[in-house]
Amino acid sequence: MSRGPLLFKDIDTPGLAGLEVYRGLGGYEALAEVLAKKSPDDCIEVVKASGLRGRGGAGFPTGLKWSFVPKDTPKPKYLVCNADESEPGTFKDRELIEKNPHLLIEGMILAARAIGANVGYVYLRGEFAWIQRILDRAIAEATAAGLLGPSVAGTDFRLDLYTHLGAGAYICGEETALLSSLEGYRGQPRLKPPFPAVEGLYRCPTIVNNVETLMNVPGILANGAAWYRQWGTEKSPGTKIFSVSGPVKRPGNYELPLGVPLSTLLNEHCGGMRDGFRVKAVIPGGSSVPPLPASLLDTALDFESLNAAGTYLGSGGVIVLDDRTCIVDALWNITRFYRHESCGKCTPCREGTYWMAEVLERLERGEGRDSDIALLDEVADNILGKSFCPLGDAAAMPVMGAIRHFREEFEYHVTHRRCRVNRRREELDALRSAPAAAEVTA
Amino acid sequence: MSRAPATVALETRPLEWPEAARKQVEEALTHYPNRRSAVLPALWIAQRTWGWIPPEALRLVARTVELPEPEVFGIATFYTMFNLQPVGRHHLQLCLTVSCSLVGADRLYEHLRRRLGIGHGETTPDGRFTLRKVECLAACGNGPCMQVNEDYYENLDEAAVDRILEKLT
Ligand SMILES: Cc1cc2nc3c(=O)[nH]c(=O)nc-3n(C[C@H](O)[C@H](O)[C@H](O)COP(=O)(O)O)c2cc1C
Repeated sequence: MSRGPLLFKDIDTPGLAGLEVYRGLGGYEALAEVLAKKSPDDCIEVVKASGLRGRGGAGFPTGLKWSFVPKDTPKPKYLVCNADESEPGTFKDRELIEKNPHLLIEGMILAARAIGANVGYVYLRGEFAWIQRILDRAIAEATAAGLLGPSVAGTDFRLDLYTHLGAGAYICGEETALLSSLEGYRGQPRLKPPFPAVEGLYRCPTIVNNVETLMNVPGILANGAAWYRQWGTEKSPGTKIFSVSGPVKRPGNYELPLGVPLSTLLNEHCGGMRDGFRVKAVIPGGSSVPPLPASLLDTALDFESLNAAGTYLGSGGVIVLDDRTCIVDALWNITRFYRHESCGKCTPCREGTYWMAEVLERLERGEGRDSDIALLDEVADNILGKSFCPLGDAAAMPVMGAIRHFREEFEYHVTHRRCRVNRRREELDALRSAPAAAEVTA
Repeated sequence: MSRAPATVALETRPLEWPEAARKQVEEALTHYPNRRSAVLPALWIAQRTWGWIPPEALRLVARTVELPEPEVFGIATFYTMFNLQPVGRHHLQLCLTVSCSLVGADRLYEHLRRRLGIGHGETTPDGRFTLRKVECLAACGNGPCMQVNEDYYENLDEAAVDRILEKLT
């Protein structure tokens, strides 16, 4: 059964990670023709016309980004694929590369040719060593078949691809931090401008694109912008892979045209909530975005509709919180993540994430003060837009959104000195009062 | 994947790359226009070779990529995955970030802690297990998830964890 119209169409075909099966399904078929018939500028124009927007979180128009690469420069240019997949709630790039690495390679060939890059890197998060092995194998296969190397598909275009393994740092998903890490520095962000398209890797023009973004490129260049626009909405064309987690019946990755209501994703595709659970809130775009309360489940999943509802499409990591989960406890967990991952470079983020976590912990433990909700909002507001890179915003936005939609649950913690509901804590307490399990013996 | 025992004999001579590792390092150096960029690959190769990154290996990496040793130390400590202290043969890294927490990761951590008699960052006296809480592993739809050395174990519950522990000798 096909799991989606584009990237997930053949995703579960056995052996798809191998060149032969990929080719049998039409892979690399249009490559030689596109390279022969379309100039790099033509390719950029088609991608622009398709309306493809970055799938890594920020949603920047892909063709437009490519057009920022200067043409009259003696410097080498680089293409970098962001496979850091570090946003909590997101686990799509992993399945995409694991099952269909050649589609990424084909996308990278076309993108590199469009921007004039002869070297490309795939930056994988450190935990993805086994995915690196799969991708390295596919790169070796493609090189042996003449699809990579000095003469891509028999043309005079050269492309060498390398994988690069990170080592555990959320910040390295942010594109300038990623470039610092790739260059062998600590993975800390750099000031923008200059933007990477002008001055990126080794101070040379560099395009950083997400895995899913690049995988959409072969289809668009083979079939045209109008073909791609048959999916999605006018301003958010195409499909998106949504990664759904939390207590739903069938969590997992789903490819849907942009514009489908959140309720359709959850009820029809994920089979609704597990028995005995009801939706309390949904974080629609990875843990960095404000939650939507259950009353807004009919919001369409596209860039514009989610913005209108006060949140973001982000990475498409849909985290479902149930009605017995304490919102303060969930935000405390999320904020601990950002406190742990703040790179320490700037004060608003380094100090702010620490203080938000402190206040959330106090509230969650029933030790909150009357002024704490205002304090939390104020600390978040002092991070938002004031940190060196958007990691600070990513930490502040979910907190501010949660206070906006669930203020009375925060207040309950102060007035009653406990959570209104807290499934996690109840389950832990039950376990702690049970007799200890036997220790493992060798 | 199992690792070499986490011990390194005190060397009077500086540490050298074993043959297989040396080839991997040389290959990695060809991927970049300068040696510095190979620092992460070289640290990974060191960790896979010795099970952790002892000071001698850090010095070797610094020599290999031609950077001052303190700078390599600064890089290695920036990331969470380089073990600058020895770890057990099986490094249990349990995700406790929000999605896994929603489906029972905290309970699982408690279970592991009790079964092994160790807490976060600690190693069992026999050197078999090190337990560590980690942040999101990008396995949110298959949570709870635990990475053991380089392998992922997903959709875990107490019984599944017990089976894994028995298997990892
Ligand atoms: C803190 C932070 C973490 C990020 N993590 C990722 C990531 O894991 N993967 C990704 O593709 N983009 C991530 N991004 C977005 C990148 O900076 C960049 O916008 C993206 O890779 C561009 O590719 P696209 O235009 O194809 O989306 C992150 C951004 C921030 C601020």
